[in-house]
Amino acid sequence: MGEAISLFARFITAPRAIWQGIEPVRRQRVYFANHSSNGDFVLIWTVLPQPLRRQTRPVAALDYWLTSPLRAFIGRDVFNAVLIDRRPEARTADPVAQMVEALDQGSSLILFPEGQRNSTDAPILPFKSGLYHLARARPDVDLVPVWIANLNKVMPKGEIIPVPLICTLTFGAALHLSPDEPKEVFLERAANALLSLEKAPE
Amino acid sequence: MTSPHLVWLLGGVAVILIVASFIGAILRMRLAPDGGNPVIDNLNARINAWWVMVILLAIAFIAGKTGVILLFALCSFAALREFLTLTTHSRADHLSLAAAFFVVLPLQYYLILADWYGLYSVFVPVYVFLLLPVISALRGSPKDFLVRVAETQWALMICVYCVSHVPALLYLQIPGFEGRNVILIAYLIFVVQLSDVLQYVWGKLVGRTKIAPTLSPSKTWEGFVGGALTATAVGTSLWWMTPFSMVQAAGICLILTMMGFFGGLVMSAIKRDRGIKDWGHLIAGHGGFLDRLDSVIFAAPIFFHITRYYWSLT
Repeated sequence: MGEAISLFARFITAPRAIWQGIEPVRRQRVYFANHSSNGDFVLIWTVLPQPLRRQTRPVAALDYWLTSPLRAFIGRDVFNAVLIDRRPEARTADPVAQMVEALDQGSSLILFPEGQRNSTDAPILPFKSGLYHLARARPDVDLVPVWIANLNKVMPKGEIIPVPLICTLTFGAALHLSPDEPKEVFLERAANALLSLEKAPE
Repeated sequence: MTSPHLVWLLGGVAVILIVASFIGAILRMRLAPDGGNPVIDNLNARINAWWVMVILLAIAFIAGKTGVILLFALCSFAALREFLTLTTHSRADHLSLAAAFFVVLPLQYYLILADWYGLYSVFVPVYVFLLLPVISALRGSPKDFLVRVAETQWALMICVYCVSHVPALLYLQIPGFEGRNVILIAYLIFVVQLSDVLQYVWGKLVGRTKIAPTLSPSKTWEGFVGGALTATAVGTSLWWMTPFSMVQAAGICLILTMMGFFGGLVMSAIKRDRGIKDWGHLIAGHGGFLDRLDSVIFAAPIFFHITRYYWSLT
């Protein structure tokens, strides 16, 4: 099922991965990317080599992915997403603890630190603090920025039919939290690392 | 749909590719046994991709009309995806772009399959030209409107309309040539692509005077003249498998190689303007579908109309 969705994503976007800062090797990683479409994690998952794919889980919003049986099936059962609740008042589990637990089980994660799809003209929205807390809890894990280009044009928010356009995914050099690095400084550094991939050389 | 002549032509191409693969392997052993020479790696990647393309084309020929139409419809799809990735469009064009892929493209190839010449020859240049901008206009957003609709129309003409004239060759009715139309496709592609390859080879060997240095640094007068004339000579020598006489074949080959060159030139201008080297990445060593198809795209409709006007009954 995941393979079928992946194949469909290939048909529409012919995704191309540019491994600019790291190599696709078997290391535990948190891939963090710009978020413009619900297909984002599918695309990252698609361009990862097969062995890496199986151990990589997307982090997705429970309050979105559990709202219909189809979404729940795709998010939870097909892609084995770590479902976190974005609503502090409603949640029963701590999102950071859930992500740390997934890391401790050996998984890599796909994370969208903006916390919501960006439909503004700004290239990215301010990062939520989850990435920082995750980096502090597990400082050895590679934090890899991934810039996804064009997917917002393939399927903008609110459209039903995807337009086939080629998408490029640029993987940057891994980041780590420096000892004593304040939250704001780290989040800005991470956001800049992601943004610097936007104008990636060919 | 195979004929002995097609087997001869494909066999000849296979021999050329075997020789090329051999030369590529020797060059790699001699000069860079451990890899790492980008020119030789690219040469070998190109030769391998040629094998794949020729084998796919041969399978389509064996599968018959539907197979050939399906293959070129898929080429159109990939080409259009490459082209529209680079054009100007806004949110307001979403529906018209989706229609380009999922309505215009299938309909054009359906009309080819149905052999409805009166409609497929005007469908994109008249009906789509007039109606597709309406879909964009209804969504508002006048910003860059003319640029947006013009670039989308251009993309459809190049990637769908022109490409669809390759399988349309199968439906021409040429007296004394019945059942052998697939030769027309093989001949068109062979002459045009051979010309491309030979222009590259001649250019590398004796190329000095650049034709359009601002557009494409690799196009030289020496390469163009040498490649076009050699390809024309080879194409002319194959006149016996076509409906044309030897002199006619020479004239047609000259036109095909010229059109192929123009296609490469025009498509280079677009790439250069958009700041890219290749249209895509799906054909290893070559770039995108449009990088390989540009010359065929410009040659196909002209070849179709010349052959239709002078030789076909329909």
